[in-house]
Amino acid sequence: MKMTRREVVVAGAGMAAVSMLPLPAFAEVPMVGTAEEFLGGASAGEGGITLTAPEIAENGNTVPVSVDAPGAVEIQLYAMGNPVPGIASFKFGPMSGSQAASIRIRLAGSQDVVAVAKMADGSYVQAAKAVKVTIGGCGG
Amino acid sequence: MASGVKPRVKVPKSAAAGETITIKTLISHPMESGVRKDSDGNVIPRSIIHRFTADFNGQNVIDVTMMGGVSTNPYVEFDAMVPEAGEFTFTWYDDDGDIYTDTKSIAV
Repeated sequence: MKMTRREVVVAGAGMAAVSMLPLPAFAEVPMVGTAEEFLGGASAGEGGITLTAPEIAENGNTVPVSVDAPGAVEIQLYAMGNPVPGIASFKFGPMSGSQAASIRIRLAGSQDVVAVAKMADGSYVQAAKAVKVTIGGCGG
Repeated sequence: MASGVKPRVKVPKSAAAGETITIKTLISHPMESGVRKDSDGNVIPRSIIHRFTADFNGQNVIDVTMMGGVSTNPYVEFDAMVPEAGEFTFTWYDDDGDIYTDTKSIAV
């Protein structure tokens, strides 16, 4: 088969596009993105969500955080000063007793911890809490 | 490969029908975040549990997605509704493809 120069260039571009797709094994792993991605252009209101975190955390490796947002379908947690801000997302199923959860997180340094909740009606609310960290928890 | 992974779950043995109970789960896992470097300056690859789910009699209670910012030995506490006697199934999904499960039954 003889290819013209134009055909070769187009074929090459197609190959490059295929190779840039994420690897299948990697695509299966769910990710927590940024707050902007979660909101998708919508703005988050105040109230209706409670974020509990210590004011001063001595050890940034394990900072207990709990979040409570009655009526939420999903809550995402972010640490704005971490190298990877997304920390965790909680999706509540039909058998969940309340839209609340506690988890222990790593904080690289003193920063704001933000929780954004998506409500059942599609609106968003957020809460933020400043946490002072004595020893950072990202091994840096 | 994460070694010595052991899930631990605390569920009350019995509850009243329709009661909301608190479940505490913990799994021992290093949760290597993927941003740390070894002494030679090479990035240590990420090895974490990226997903945790809890189901009651086949219906979902909570589905948690976790990133490197979750602490070593991830601990998750949440509430579940118990309308009838049944069994909780807890599943953890490791980055290396391993899946760890634990089950706990509850009486009404």
